[in-house]
Amino acid sequence: MSDAPAPAPAPFVGPLDDKDRIFTNLYGFQDWGIDAAMKRGDWDNTKALLEKGQDAIIEEMKASGLRGRGGAGFPTGMKWSFMPKESKDGRPSFLVINADESEPGSCKDREIIRHDPHKLIEGALVAGFAMRARAAYIYIRGEFIYEAKVLFAAVEQAYEKGFIGKNACGSGYDFDVFVHRGAGAYICGEETAQIESIEGKKGQPRLKPPFPAGAGLYGCPTTVNNVESIAVAPTILRRGASWFSGFGRENNKGTKLFQISGHVNKPAVVEESMGIPFRELIDRHCGGIRGGWDNLLAVIPGGSSVPLVPAEQIMDAPMDFDGLRALGSGLGTAAVIVMDKSTDIVRAISRISYFYKHESCGQCTPCREGTGWMWRVMERLRTGDADPSEIDMLFEVTKQVEGHTICALGDAAAWPIQGLIRHFRPEIERRIAENRGGAPIMEAAE
Amino acid sequence: MADAPQIPDEAEVRARWGGFQWTPENAEQAKKVIARYPEGRQQSAVMPLLDLAQRQVGAETQTQGWLPVPVIEYVADQLDMPYMRAYEVATFYTMYNLAPVGRYHVQVCGTTPCMLRGSDDVLAACRNKGLVKGHTTPDGLFTLTEVECLGACTNAPMVQINDDNFEDLTYDSMTAILEDLASGKQPRVGPQIDRQTSCPEGGPTTLKEMVSENHDYRGQW
Repeated sequence: MSDAPAPAPAPFVGPLDDKDRIFTNLYGFQDWGIDAAMKRGDWDNTKALLEKGQDAIIEEMKASGLRGRGGAGFPTGMKWSFMPKESKDGRPSFLVINADESEPGSCKDREIIRHDPHKLIEGALVAGFAMRARAAYIYIRGEFIYEAKVLFAAVEQAYEKGFIGKNACGSGYDFDVFVHRGAGAYICGEETAQIESIEGKKGQPRLKPPFPAGAGLYGCPTTVNNVESIAVAPTILRRGASWFSGFGRENNKGTKLFQISGHVNKPAVVEESMGIPFRELIDRHCGGIRGGWDNLLAVIPGGSSVPLVPAEQIMDAPMDFDGLRALGSGLGTAAVIVMDKSTDIVRAISRISYFYKHESCGQCTPCREGTGWMWRVMERLRTGDADPSEIDMLFEVTKQVEGHTICALGDAAAWPIQGLIRHFRPEIERRIAENRGGAPIMEAAE
Repeated sequence: MADAPQIPDEAEVRARWGGFQWTPENAEQAKKVIARYPEGRQQSAVMPLLDLAQRQVGAETQTQGWLPVPVIEYVADQLDMPYMRAYEVATFYTMYNLAPVGRYHVQVCGTTPCMLRGSDDVLAACRNKGLVKGHTTPDGLFTLTEVECLGACTNAPMVQINDDNFEDLTYDSMTAILEDLASGKQPRVGPQIDRQTSCPEGGPTTLKEMVSENHDYRGQW
């Protein structure tokens, strides 16, 4: 077998060198203002990036392998390419940047906006230019009050320098950036709900099609991108697609902001290579699991809407889209919620069910009624005040909600419960038995 | 909707707020906000204007503010939209208060990441200071609400009080914050332990040069 191809080199999965980190002011040790940001490399000859041309920018983004950082992981370059190249009917195009970071566990966009806002604004220009958009609206969640102040001020600074607005960066292209504050609705993180909200309505998702790239904000072609996807774009264009695709495994390229919360010794946000093993991520940056690795119970690896993964499966798993999908979960926003053995796991998931009940927009019946119903059953399972058959009934109902709603909130409410039942059914049964005074569970006669 | 607040008594509210108008500064700000959106699309400004109105009500009542019906009508009129469309927005989004709140609106995050890190203790600290969920203390100082994830999960547990976040809380630090506010002192905003924002406690594991200088890493590319 001498003519067998040489084995591909092992993919680089971390740890990253500091020089390869995009968000160098992640912790805000230094000033977020435009002068300090320019010293770190932002707005450095942005005109030259734009001069590559719209199609070349999109091709470069495709080649970088960047997948959307908002949770779904759709290839960013491809998304940009769906936008019309010319307006046949005079309608302008819009870029909407999703900073409605509300997924429990997620807190990365907040760090980008309050400490490195110019990466986002420069990215807005580059992305908006590539997709031929007239303006960008940055939709920031209402509770980020301080962060919105920083963002408004940063946009102001960029206008003053002539980096955005008429003839942005001297490129001859006119591009505006506006900030729109939300007011406390998780559902506005869904792209069409976000568009509704910018239009001044309740944030209720729209039916698709038409997709936003055809008819989005104000009925015009629109692309909605996550903050992180946009903010990494200028650095990718400066350093080249091959630099970015040099990190991570096939189909899971690049660097990523991980947000580790819960029962680790030192919770933190950190930028690492995609595909970094879970154990290395925790040991290197978070001081290990509280009480040691033997004390790990389960991990929700991608924000509240993905199913949990039990300790033994996650410990050495690669933290990327495909690696976590193979475990029946997902990378989501890389919001890693760690739970040790002191956790009341049923309560932890039940609290997530309450979250979805609270945040359901009320438009589709399976979600509006189902989230409340599922939460109430979860609360009874938490105390054990239930019949064993209700575990299967609950699972069945989650399957009835999943896929039967306009947006993915129904799915997001269903998956955590499915993960719990799949992995911790004996714990639920134990509670029911205990609540019955230790009497063994009898199967009902057929 | 069962836990939606009672809309306060209409006649009294009308007497107090029927004549609501922007202050000169806010009238200016409202114009700026409307200009952010394309012509004919001024309805887009309803959310920022409701927020502005709530803040003005707050300034006039020395509270976080709320949205009496006549104030919502005023905003709807300015944007040339039916009252119901504005009311719909005001009731859909949780940050609009539909009933009066206290001087400080204590919003404790109780979602799972905060719960895992001890939001029960934070709520216990509030309870032991006489705060009751969904109610305002008799002195009008505090309103307690348990809210859903506020997006500061690596700094859990956390609370947002009016515009400020207080993070990495314990029972004791939460008690101290409430005591400070009650005695008119401004507690330190942000993490309540020795920690820089979302950096690991004890110092960064990455980008250490940034701690002391605005380091430019491009030289090493």
